[in-house]
This record gives sequence, structure tokens and C-alpha cells, in this order.
Amino acid sequence: MIEVKDLYFTYPNGVEALKGISLNISDGEFVAIMGQNGAGKTTLVKHFNGLLKPSKGKVLIDGADTKDVSVATLARKVGFVFQNPDHQLFCETVEEEIAFALRNFGFKENVIKRRVTWALNLLGLKNYRKTSPFMLSGGERKRVALASILAWNPKILILDEPTIGQDYNQKEKLRQFILQMKAQKKTIVIVTHDVEFVAECNPRVILMSEGKIVADGEARKILTSPGILEKASIIPPEISRIFLELSDFGFPTNVIDVYEAGGIILDFWEAKNR
Amino acid sequence: MSMFEGLKFRRVSSPIHDLDPRVKFLYVIIMFAIAVMYMELIPLIMLFLIQLPLVMVAKVTKQWIKSMRGAAFLASIIFFTNFIFSYLYRGQQELPFILEYSMAMTLRFIVLVGSFSIFFLTTSPDHLGLALEKSHVPYEFCFAFTTAVRFVPVLAEEAQTIMDAQKARGLELEKGNFLKRIRNYIPILIPLIVNAIRRSLELAEAMESRAWGATKNRTNLYELKLRMGDYTLILLTIIILILAIYVRLYVPIPRITEIFP
Amino acid sequence: MEMAIIETEELTYTYPGVEKPSIEKVSIRIERGEFTLLTGPSGCGKTTLCRCFNGLIPHFYEGTLEGKIQVAGMNVTEHPIHELAKHVGLVFQNPENQLFALSVEKDVAFGLENLGVPREEIRKRVDWALKVTDIYDLRERPPYELSGGQQQRVAIASVLAMQPEVMVLDEPTSFLDPLGAKKIFEDIHKLNKELGITIILVEHRLDLTAKYADHIIIMDHGRIVLDGDPRKILASEEARLIGIGIPKATRLYQFLNSKGARLNSVPLSSEEMAQKLTEIFKE
Repeated sequence: MIEVKDLYFTYPNGVEALKGISLNISDGEFVAIMGQNGAGKTTLVKHFNGLLKPSKGKVLIDGADTKDVSVATLARKVGFVFQNPDHQLFCETVEEEIAFALRNFGFKENVIKRRVTWALNLLGLKNYRKTSPFMLSGGERKRVALASILAWNPKILILDEPTIGQDYNQKEKLRQFILQMKAQKKTIVIVTHDVEFVAECNPRVILMSEGKIVADGEARKILTSPGILEKASIIPPEISRIFLELSDFGFPTNVIDVYEAGGIILDFWEAKNR
Repeated sequence: MSMFEGLKFRRVSSPIHDLDPRVKFLYVIIMFAIAVMYMELIPLIMLFLIQLPLVMVAKVTKQWIKSMRGAAFLASIIFFTNFIFSYLYRGQQELPFILEYSMAMTLRFIVLVGSFSIFFLTTSPDHLGLALEKSHVPYEFCFAFTTAVRFVPVLAEEAQTIMDAQKARGLELEKGNFLKRIRNYIPILIPLIVNAIRRSLELAEAMESRAWGATKNRTNLYELKLRMGDYTLILLTIIILILAIYVRLYVPIPRITEIFP
Repeated sequence: MEMAIIETEELTYTYPGVEKPSIEKVSIRIERGEFTLLTGPSGCGKTTLCRCFNGLIPHFYEGTLEGKIQVAGMNVTEHPIHELAKHVGLVFQNPENQLFALSVEKDVAFGLENLGVPREEIRKRVDWALKVTDIYDLRERPPYELSGGQQQRVAIASVLAMQPEVMVLDEPTSFLDPLGAKKIFEDIHKLNKELGITIILVEHRLDLTAKYADHIIIMDHGRIVLDGDPRKILASEEARLIGIGIPKATRLYQFLNSKGARLNSVPLSSEEMAQKLTEIFKE
């Protein structure tokens, strides 16, 4: 469980990025932290694995105060997948890349062998075992980075802006992957400003603006209420924007899915023609 | 590292900041030349004192003092080296002279650091780049210089991100013996270098796309004109130089010990 | 018939040291003043094609280029990049790696300085470009202090200052949040409508950009698969099967259509769809 108690954080250059954040994330939850660039999303999640320590307030991971524990120790529980895989790839082969963290954590060689094979298979990288990560395409490098984090099976997984630069198919695969992790009872936290992606996944949404939490609830509710979205400078999902314009005619405002929307429109249309 | 603090540009409005960098550099070179001309303590003290009004007019006193502090370590090495070798060479009797001589050598170094510090504190990198361009330094060099400076904060931030990413994979930078610690920097250096190379490629693409190399006669958005203040500093510098040469040639310089026995 | 501003015939390009060509038998025609959207799954060749437009391919990347390509009346293989740069500007994905100088206005001036334009003219064009992209107040700031969106506007201004007839933008909003992206797209639309600049925009975010396009080109595996009117193409079954981010408004239109509920034209944005439905339900 992740507990954040009245968290304040100021960067060394004086910018106060977090102004009193309190929240709890239970085991197995799927949470999307959303907001404009600069709202404090990445700053917040960097407290979950101890990369940043609070200026004021507390962050507890399974009861342990992050101030008292090293990043390496917290990393055993909290896997953080950075936005740009090129900030971590450095090994000669994909295999070594995946084994890196396992070696750091002191796993035995036979366990490492097993885990590497498992991670390679999970992310469809079997054929690239002995390939240099630098020879792979952008999408493949992202998968190697992901595999290298999953290898040690952290119970909490943080993905920072996983949808940037991804095309439609890649986002679909990502969505499936997240569902798979959820089925394995992992706690999943994604930081994103991709409203459509979150709308499709329908997780719990924590909306941030200027260092504070402005909303916390089900994606469907939060992403379709216009007032709150104006506060956090986010564009509502397409379907919900359409239905907002039609609210005068009695259309519901919390629709996100195309087919659901289509069904409702047809019903209204039929009713009108009668 | 506080010596480097004294070399970082400070964005302040002062008449010294507005001066042409070439003129300021001339000042630095001449100060250095004069410092080399003298081995006696008194003229070097005066040379040091001449810097002070310039520092105050430039409103960079605090940073300048920091650079002095940073230089203190090297300065003391210079002092002790000179002292020990002079002592071994000249012996106990000449102690006052040895002291004065060692202090003079140290002061020479401090004058140099001081004048360079004023230069860098009051000259912004783009102003410096412009001066290089106008001094007929080949444009490729000027461009490499300003682009490098422009990317320093970007690379610094990237290095931090890479460190965070690897720490999040269990890399512990603080632990281990000396050799292990060096090895631990490989996961930081390789991504940094690889990304720097990638970045250079993207930059090259952007440069080409904006007509890089279209003509050998590159023009410039800015101009560098010498103004009143520049001529004033040039004049002052030359006057000091002439005086210094005159004194060197014709005026006998007393030792401190002769004034205060 | 008036010559198109960009015309390619069976264009095929293979990067050096690679077996398969990145683009194959690409034949397209872009008219002067058009706003063209170029899209397709990752790896489809759209970035490669963009680099052919201003000569980076073949002059910078070498490799093997077959077929014909004419841009602004010039055969790309016969003119150096710095000449083509006067007619075709290219804005890249990462704003950070397009800015070299220590102040915004020096960056905007960069291309003009390279071309040897006289100082007074540079000053005029720089000020003009800064005002058009609405960043005049930022002109003395260093790039490091700017947000991603502001940096990208500087990049656009730097290209604009050279007054090209064509501007190619390769996924310019990848690193920006949706609001930042929306602003950039509005700016680009303005350049097209008010200044008549031919625009080629490579994008995945069709929900924000399809409404501006006169022409859409969809690529897959290095080839052109669909090319034409956005309203026809985005509502088609083939487009859906390729796996691009068709605007949800258009998907909704397809759904309603398949159930017999006909709208009079294909919407490309939520605003258009809302408008159509409002008209229907108002009666």
C-alpha cells in the first residue's frame, strides 16, 4: 500500500512542485495520475520509490517511511519505468540488460536465468536475446526497458507517460498489457496526459493541477465533468465532448465509449421519429 | 567547486557587463602581462587593488570573493612550494625576503584568477560567442562553443534522469570500494554518451534543414560596436601598462622589509 | 495543369547498410496551399518520406534513392539541402534538439544568417516570425527556460523566418500535452489559411488535426495505402483496418451509418459531430 500524508516538495531551485498531497493507493489498484505538464505528476510518483524525499510530510510504502529506506531497497517493491528507454539502456545484449537489476538485487544466477527467459517471453523479445539493445527500434527498446523492470517482479509498477509517441496499435497492446498485469494483482500507477487512453482503460483517476489534487475518482466520472477539467487544463475525451453539447436534449454526460454512444444516439433518434 | 562559481556568468545590469568582450579580454591579457613583469610584492599588491573598483562597479563582489576563496587552495600550494624551494636555496638569513617573494608569486596567481573571474562573471556566453565571431574565429568553432554552452543545463538534467533511472533498478552509487564505484558509473556514462551522439545527429539534421553552409559570408543578427565605455577601458588599460613599463625600467622598487624593518 | 508543389513518382529509398527499403514506389502529388495530413503506424516510412522533401535524403543520409521527386519545381537529387531549405522547411519531433542559440531571436535568425541575408532584413523577418507565432515577448529568453510548447513555437518561427513555400512538420507535438498540442495545430492552421503556406503534417493525433486537412495520405510498411479526401478515407473500412487513430467522431459516424442512421456528411472532429447531431435533434 502507498500512503502519502500531507506531502510538500520543493526543488533545489526553489520551485514548490507539490503543495500538500494526501492519498492512499491500495494493493492491486489501477490508478492514472493526470494533469497538464508541470502539474507535479512525475514529481509525485518519484516519491514512491524514494528518488525524491519529501520536503514536508510523509510517504509510506507498505508502512515503511521512504525517508528511512534507500532507493535500491524501495525499488525491490516499486518498479519505475521511465518515459525514455534510452535513459537506461547500456548493456551489450538484451539479456544482460534484463539481468542488470536482478544482479543488483543479489538474485542467484539460476534464478536470474529463469527470470530473464520469462521476461523475454512475456514481452515477445525471445529472438532478441543476444541482440544489442541499441540495434532495436524505438518500440522494441521500450519493451526491453519494460522487461528489465518486470524481471524482478515488483508488486507496484509505475509507468511514466507510457503512451508518448505510440501509434494506435502500440497503445492497444499497452492497454492489454496493463490488464494482464492487473490480473496478476499488481498495483499499477500510470502518469499520463492521454485522456483517450485513460478513458478506454477506466481506472481510478487522480487529477492534479499546480501541485495539488483537484479530483480523485472513477475515470468515467472525472473525465466527463467539464468544470474540473477546466481547472486542470485537460481536454475531455472526444465522445464526452460531443455529448456535452447534446446535454440540452437530455443526453447523459458520462459516456466515453463509441458503441455505447452510438446506441444512445440511436435510441434518442428512434424516440424522436415516433 | 566554488572557484567555478566565480566563473559562471551573472546576469546583472552594470556598465562592465555591457562592455565589448574583446576589450575585457584585452584587459585580462594586459593584467597578466604586467603581473609577469614583476616579482616584487608592492607593485603586485597595487595590481590586485586596481581590480577591486572594477569588481564593485560590475556588482559581482560576492561571486568574485567566492572565486578568490576557491583559488585559495591552489594559491597556498604556490606559496608553500615557492617558500620551501627558496628556503632551501637561500637559507635562514634571507627569511624576510623569502616570505616576500613567495607572497609575490602567490599574488601573481591571484591577480590572474581575479581578472579572469571578472571577465567570465560579466560576459554572457552569447556575448562571448558573438565576440569570437567578430574576431574572425572560424564560425564552426564559435557555433560549437555556444551550442555546447546551450546544452550544458540540458545534459546536466539528462545525467540526473539517467542516474535516477539506474538507481530505480537497484544501482547503488555510494557503495563499494574505489574500483567498484568507478564501474558503477558505466550505466550512467553509456546512456549519456549514446544519447549525446543521437542528439548530435538530430541537431545536424536541423542545422542542414536551416541552410547550414549555404554561403561562406555568414551575416549576423547582432552587431558589436565599440562604445565610450569600451574606449575608456582600453585607455585605462594602456595607461596602466605604460606606467608599469616605466616603473619597471626606471623606478627602483623597495622591498617591504626596507619600508617596515 | 498547374504543377504540383511536391510530386513524387515511384520513389523508393533504402538507408545505407539496410536490406529493405524504408519507402517503396511512393507516388504522391501535393498541390500548392494544401494542408496534407500524413499518417500511418509506427515504422510505416512517413518520417523517411519527410526527409526526402527537403533533401536530407539523399544528401545527408546517402543510401539508395530511386524514382523521381520534384519539390517547388526542383529535382531534389540535383539541388543541395541549403538551396532546398529556402523552399521547404522541416520541423522535427523533439523541440530541444532544434534550438542551438542562447536566445530565442538568435535561433529564429539562424537560417537567415546561414543564407547571408543582410542584417536589417534579418531583423525584420525575425520580428515578423516571432509575432506570427506569438512569441515576441520571449525573444530574449534562453531556450532552456521555455516549456516544450514554447520551444516548438520557436522552432516553427525559425523555419517560418526563411519564408518557405512548404512547411513539413514531423510529429511536432509528441512531447507536448493535449492543450499544448492543440495550440500548435491552431498555429499551423493559421500559417496555412492566412499565409498560404503548404503544410505537410505527420501526426497520430487525428482527432485534433483531421479537421484542418484538405488531403490525407496513409502509409503502411513503406507504401502508400490510401490517398485522398479525408472525409472519404477516414470513414472507410480500409482505414479502420490499418490501425490508425481514426477520430472517434468519425467512428461514431461509421457506427450510425452501419445501423441505417444517415448523417449528411462525415464529421472529422467532435465539434462537427456535435453540430450535426444538434441540427438533427433540434427539429
